[in-house]
Amino acid sequence: MKNWIPLALVPVIGLLALPLVPSTPTWVTLTVAGLAMGMMIFIMASGLTLVFGLMDVMNFAHGAFISVGAYAGASVLLAMKPAMQSQSFAGNLGAIVPAVLAAMALAGALGWFFERVVVRPVYGDHLKQILVTMGGLIVCEQLIHVAWGPDLIALPRPATLTGSFLIGDAAIERYRMLAVVVGLAVFAAMWLVLNRTRIGLLIRAGVENREMVESLGYRIRRLFVGVFVAGSALAGLGGVMWAMYQESLTAGMGMQVMVVIFIVIIIGGLGSVGGCFVGALLVGLLANYIGYVAPKLALGSNILLMVLILLWRPRGLYPVGK
Amino acid sequence: MIRTLLSGDLPRSRALGVVLAVILIGLAAAPFIFPGTRALNVAAKVAVFILLVASYDLLLGYTGIVSFAHTMFFGIGGYGVAIAAAKLGPSWWNIALGVGVALVLSLALAFAIGLLSLRVRAIFFAMITLAVASFFQILASQLSAFTGGEDGLNFRLPELLRERLVAYYAVFGISLVLFLALLRVVNSPFGRVLLAVRENEFRAEALGYRTVVYRTVANCLGALLATAAGVLYAVWLRYTGPDTTLSFAIMIDLLLMVVIGGMGTMYGAAIGATLFVIAQNYLQDLMQLASDAAKGIPLLPDLLHPDRWLLWLGVLFIVCVYYFPSGIVGRLRR
Repeated sequence: MKNWIPLALVPVIGLLALPLVPSTPTWVTLTVAGLAMGMMIFIMASGLTLVFGLMDVMNFAHGAFISVGAYAGASVLLAMKPAMQSQSFAGNLGAIVPAVLAAMALAGALGWFFERVVVRPVYGDHLKQILVTMGGLIVCEQLIHVAWGPDLIALPRPATLTGSFLIGDAAIERYRMLAVVVGLAVFAAMWLVLNRTRIGLLIRAGVENREMVESLGYRIRRLFVGVFVAGSALAGLGGVMWAMYQESLTAGMGMQVMVVIFIVIIIGGLGSVGGCFVGALLVGLLANYIGYVAPKLALGSNILLMVLILLWRPRGLYPVGK
Repeated sequence: MIRTLLSGDLPRSRALGVVLAVILIGLAAAPFIFPGTRALNVAAKVAVFILLVASYDLLLGYTGIVSFAHTMFFGIGGYGVAIAAAKLGPSWWNIALGVGVALVLSLALAFAIGLLSLRVRAIFFAMITLAVASFFQILASQLSAFTGGEDGLNFRLPELLRERLVAYYAVFGISLVLFLALLRVVNSPFGRVLLAVRENEFRAEALGYRTVVYRTVANCLGALLATAAGVLYAVWLRYTGPDTTLSFAIMIDLLLMVVIGGMGTMYGAAIGATLFVIAQNYLQDLMQLASDAAKGIPLLPDLLHPDRWLLWLGVLFIVCVYYFPSGIVGRLRR
């Protein structure tokens, strides 16, 4: 299979956009913005696609984990005023790191609880999975209202991450650079775990053929709980980052991003982490270019991309066996 | 007579029969039994939502496909009437034109979505419809010159329908007729095949039924009826906007109504919609009382806060999916 073609689409789209955007500095700004958006979407989507690949479960409540992570992180950030306003990046990290840890811990714990109580009884029944996880989403969103109140919460970014810097003539927002770096780090870490460790080997084998891994004596269910929790924690991380990106948060924010996330994992091929990465970058870049060149078309760009890709490869960019 | 009207699908339980009779009589005599604008609004909303939920039940309960685009079709109906009446003027011809265009558009969209995604698995269809519906929602709010954007459209109706009583009985009558028609559909040989597709698609296929065709037809039929419900709701409100028709919140409400009432029973739609709309309008008052009573106890007043009514219905929803797959109707029929 020519597996490099989807990957090559990312730079190709970037280069195609170059003559359409009036000036090169603008193009650089847009590209960085698109990559940053794509990376954040990837962080939120990767767990969902992996859970689906491994256990054939589509978790519609994933959006609630994103929101919960965002709220947990934001509570920590808002509580640590001095560290947030510190003029050194290290000082800011003093607030960001605990916030991210809190978000991942709470979202991960919620994921663990969710897997045990809500998802476990409905393995193998897609219809009930969709219904029950939608129910979980409703309850989680309402509980966020109970815990943090129903109003929109404003979340200013840490001092050293506000504003932008110049490379040549191109203005680049500091926060977006951070998002790109974190996204790459998460992707690299996932790649290493999946391809260079024994657990990763088992996960990949489980995605390809669950029964075979089980019959070789591995407890795939335990593995799955681990993946579910890790995926939820990543959703929490993505939630904090998305909240800082938007500088505000609401209980419904997770569900709003979920639409894009679904598009991304359909484009990538359900269950494929690599496909999810490429899909997220494509969606992010395209949204930013089209948003600049033809704002009227921007809202349709994701759907259009999905339809085109499905016409080309009906099972997504990198279809997973089964 | 009753047997023919109900297409042979009788309630099969005294309790269920009584509940349905109460709903029917309550709706039929609503303008006289329950005075006041609020009560009449609730009754009209119940009538419209019974039709909407029943058409959703055709998909979810009978065919076993989860669509998140049902409010999109509901919205197309609403906007069809609203745009025609607001831009072209309140004549019967314009209304008919708006309804006609809305129905054709819904049919085309349902067919296209079905063609693209009904061949594959249920999850795929759910995700695609979610994406398309949210796209449509953004589209409606962006094309504000045409749809009124976030504010929606207020419009005037032909002389006759401005009379509230006439409008109410038009809404109620059409809903009732279409509901009975749906009952006819699900109890026809076609409906049996839908059940077979839901229960065991492979087997239905092996028996010689083209399951894709049956699913697509069910999807189109559901879409058309949802459009009709949208038309009725717009006629009643004399307004169409994103919050009354297209929002994702309504989609969630629909899911709750179908599942709590009872999937795959049609009567469940009637009970679920009635219960939900009444809860939506009156449960909050009750919860206010409970919340006040629980003052002083930590957390409890927040959980019982009137705005948190959806929390409790969400919990009820999950419990229903696990323990009462055929909802209230299933319980009453035992």
